[in-house]
Amino acid sequence: MCGIVGLFLKDHSLQNQLGQLLSQMLITMSDRGPDSAGVAIYGEPANTESKITIQSDKQNNDFETLESILREKLDERLDISFKDTHAVIRANNTKIKFILELIENYIPRARVMSVGSSIEIYKETGMPSSVIDRFSIHKMKGSHGIGHTRMATESEVTTLGAHPFSTAPDECLVHNGSLSNHNNLRRNLVRDGIKVETENDSEIAAAYLTNQMSDGATLGEALEKGLADLDGFFTFVVGTKRGFGVLRDPIACKPAVMAETDQYVAFGSEYRALVDLPNITQAKIWEPEPSTVYFWTQ
Amino acid sequence: MKNFDLKKDSLSSLNEALQAPHDHDNQIDWQVTNPRGSHAIAVGLDAPINVSIEGSVGYYCGGMNKQANIHIFGSAGPGLGENMMSGKIIVEGDASQYAGATGNGGLLVVKGNAASRCGISMKGIDIVVHGNIGHMSAFMAQSGNLVVLGNAGEALGDSLYEANLFVRGSANDLGADCIEKEMKQKHLETLDSLLREAEADAKPEDFRRYGSARELYHFKIDNASDY
Repeated sequence: MCGIVGLFLKDHSLQNQLGQLLSQMLITMSDRGPDSAGVAIYGEPANTESKITIQSDKQNNDFETLESILREKLDERLDISFKDTHAVIRANNTKIKFILELIENYIPRARVMSVGSSIEIYKETGMPSSVIDRFSIHKMKGSHGIGHTRMATESEVTTLGAHPFSTAPDECLVHNGSLSNHNNLRRNLVRDGIKVETENDSEIAAAYLTNQMSDGATLGEALEKGLADLDGFFTFVVGTKRGFGVLRDPIACKPAVMAETDQYVAFGSEYRALVDLPNITQAKIWEPEPSTVYFWTQ
Repeated sequence: MKNFDLKKDSLSSLNEALQAPHDHDNQIDWQVTNPRGSHAIAVGLDAPINVSIEGSVGYYCGGMNKQANIHIFGSAGPGLGENMMSGKIIVEGDASQYAGATGNGGLLVVKGNAASRCGISMKGIDIVVHGNIGHMSAFMAQSGNLVVLGNAGEALGDSLYEANLFVRGSANDLGADCIEKEMKQKHLETLDSLLREAEADAKPEDFRRYGSARELYHFKIDNASDY
């Protein structure tokens, strides 16, 4: 099963409510997948700064180590905040590469969830309501967000197996479905030098898009090419710094409903997820067509 | 009219009441408000009652329906009227995938569009869609009539046994063993009565009829090398 929700705001006055609206949508989808849950939230992009979101199961030790290393190695005021198993580091764009190297060298257990000027990804095992509480997702502001609740079918229930998967700076993907050629694709991606961390099929979809885009494709082109190369069932929802996209495979057996008003574009695995959105009864509601890339930008 | 408000009443209390109307003085008219996309609303009904649903519903609304008239003032999720036996279901909006799947009888009317696999394995149900239908509709259909005022998606009527498929718009991609067939007087009459009953504003003579070429009914020795 799995449940997906997504909300892309056109009306800036709703930005304070993004976390609240998205959290409610995701909780409604809990019975589509109780194993793990995650969200990607896009805040106001900064021009010269980026955010690194990391996760560690041993957060007390790792984050203490990280904080002291960063204080020692960085010559500027440190901007780091902690939320349960996740930490968000804000720094000048010129320092990001250096900080990522420090993370890899000093706290190798930690995993980078996302990097970018606006994205933050939070994901953990457990029900959507517990994940939302642990990271106070309902209090977050932003322009768009994507949530996923997982019912694991082909790989183990771990934090890294949870969605969203980061595909590139400020880009992420969530998946409902199953890919049947992910082992073959994984071998090809590893050969191309792409880092793959799990046995999960959805991570391969994300890595596939990353690889296509590093070869110069736009997200839309990468998704179009995915229709030919990815064998299996998928409904994907993807996020970029300023955009939000949806793609279903040609069979389209994984459910999807979309709603659009002057204020927002919303995605739900089911209409139930959308019922509490503002003025939903006046929204244009439709089922996205198979093999069709839908994309909105600010 | 008896009302159930799914914002406060439970889904099981609604279905229990609809499935046993004789416990409610044989109440004929029922109304469901705030369906909020709930699953399995008005399933397993077996009485000549009228159920009006004021909003959109989720999976499997009206499944296994017998005798009842169910009117949905909204859209329906996957599996609408699955395995319906008799009665009538009308959706004012769209229907998601496999509407009317395996239906044995009755009439299903979708006033908007129906998604993929509409009428898959239909066994006698009549389905009228005012808009378009998606891919793989009427796959392995066995009997009944599927009427589409708009266009049909890819692989219409793939591996069809019998059933009549009437399409007014385009049906450019027929599935294996599905062919266009002659529209005879009896088909025009069937179509005319279904269009009337479904409140569809269309002329029977504007439709084309598709059905089974019956080439897949028997094993052909010429194909032995394919196995």
